[in-house]
Amino acid sequence: MLKITALSKRYKTGDDALKAVSLEVPDGQVLGLIGPSGAGKSTLIRCVNRLVEPTSGSIDLNGAQLQKMGSRKLRKSRRKIGMIFQEYALVERLSVMENVLSGRLGYVGFWKSLFRKFPQSDIDEAFRLLERVGLDHMVNKRADELSGGQRQRVGIARALIQNPELLLVDEPTASLDPKTSRQIMRLICELCEERGLSAIINIHDVALAKLFVQRIVGLQAGEVVFDGAPESLDSSVLTQIYGEEDWEATSKDKASENEEADPDDVNVEPSNV
Amino acid sequence: MMSSNAATSDKPVWQHRTTGKQLAIWFAWLVFVAVFVACWMFISNRTEWYFVYDAPRIAADIWGRATPPRWPYLDKIWKPLWDTLNVATIGTALSLVFAVPIAFLAARNTTPSATLIRPIALLFIVTSRSINSLIWALLLVAIIGPGILAGTIAIALRSIGFVAKLLYEAIEEINLDQVEAITATGASRWQIMSYGIVPQIMPAFAGITVFRWDINIRESTVLGLVGAGGIGLQLQGSLNTLAWPQVSLILLVIFIAVVISEWISAMVRRAII
Repeated sequence: MLKITALSKRYKTGDDALKAVSLEVPDGQVLGLIGPSGAGKSTLIRCVNRLVEPTSGSIDLNGAQLQKMGSRKLRKSRRKIGMIFQEYALVERLSVMENVLSGRLGYVGFWKSLFRKFPQSDIDEAFRLLERVGLDHMVNKRADELSGGQRQRVGIARALIQNPELLLVDEPTASLDPKTSRQIMRLICELCEERGLSAIINIHDVALAKLFVQRIVGLQAGEVVFDGAPESLDSSVLTQIYGEEDWEATSKDKASENEEADPDDVNVEPSNV
Repeated sequence: MMSSNAATSDKPVWQHRTTGKQLAIWFAWLVFVAVFVACWMFISNRTEWYFVYDAPRIAADIWGRATPPRWPYLDKIWKPLWDTLNVATIGTALSLVFAVPIAFLAARNTTPSATLIRPIALLFIVTSRSINSLIWALLLVAIIGPGILAGTIAIALRSIGFVAKLLYEAIEEINLDQVEAITATGASRWQIMSYGIVPQIMPAFAGITVFRWDINIRESTVLGLVGAGGIGLQLQGSLNTLAWPQVSLILLVIFIAVVISEWISAMVRRAII
């Protein structure tokens, strides 16, 4: 279980990205984190594995106090936290296999990793994961030859080969087309269920979040303003999180009543939701 | 035509530059032209125009003496030419040994200490770059005696700054997402370097190296002029004895060597991108 208590982050610029955020994620729960750009979603998940150093507060992952750790212990704990990124963050010039195996770096010594001498068990697992995400025919392709959806699948395999206890997912679908977005979200959620993994998924697409996650947390200006089931996410809650907008409008004739509407927020909502 | 309208109507006026700025730019041009004319007069007053008028005739005379090249002399050039290529190649390789670590110490995102170590690394780079390899060779011939060794070290010393500067700029421009992703797996500092950073700078590294090697071929051909070995020694000897057919042959050989080196470096760069 992940337990975040009174987590705050103030950047050097003086911006309070997080204001005493407390959050508990039980084992096996997939949590969707929504909120406007700049609300602190990315900062929050990066504070969990300390890619961003929190200013104060505590992060407890299955009893380990992450915020207190020195660099050696932190690296050990990071192995238990898989991360998936918006722009995939694959090492572009390395092959698919090398990218997946890089998820095992925390378990392999420097020289072995330099000469790509990963244990056979890691390689077996990499093949198994690539098959699971549907890329077993692309093992030796270079990452920059893949399409967006394929890259994100490699990113997912890289996170899972860590054998994590928690997945941190930062806007996994923001760079993908609608169909691929759904496939990727479905894959992430299926894999979490198969492995009993808990996950925090930052996501802009509210409709997609409602479709796949079990719980939604709304973040606004560094504070949790909503925490509940996807079904209870109605117009008034969305207004609370994002601000005033005609949330019922899902097609053009309705939306045109509200001229200054930001089109990005409206047209991502599929009409069937 | 817009400006005259804008001045009379209430429409907002937009100008690319304010009047003051415009005047300043005109003034700067005025100063530039005045200085240029003054310099022209200065040089003109101190030139023995008699020699300049004579130049075409002398040039034609030398051309007449220098052609045809003395082909049999080729036998005596192979060895110094081989030396020259070795000075360039080994000098470049030697410079890499020092330039790569210095680049990592100088790059803002990889330096261990931006306040202490980075300035020292930059100082090394500037020192190396500010002294031409011919001057380095002059110093080294005095210190370790004439010969190829002095030439090789001179090439290496000059190249360290060049390679390190371009490489540290490449390191500073890498995509940080990839580094972040590798960090998140629990990788150690050196693993982050070898998986997150090195693959990203490999194309730049290879390009810089062959570019410098290409320059070094040209530079090492003149090092003989100060006694640092190679084909320059032959060139100086031929010039001193006014053996123009030999001079023309040597220049032709250098020209061909440089063309071949440029062709090779272009091929390497194309292969790597």
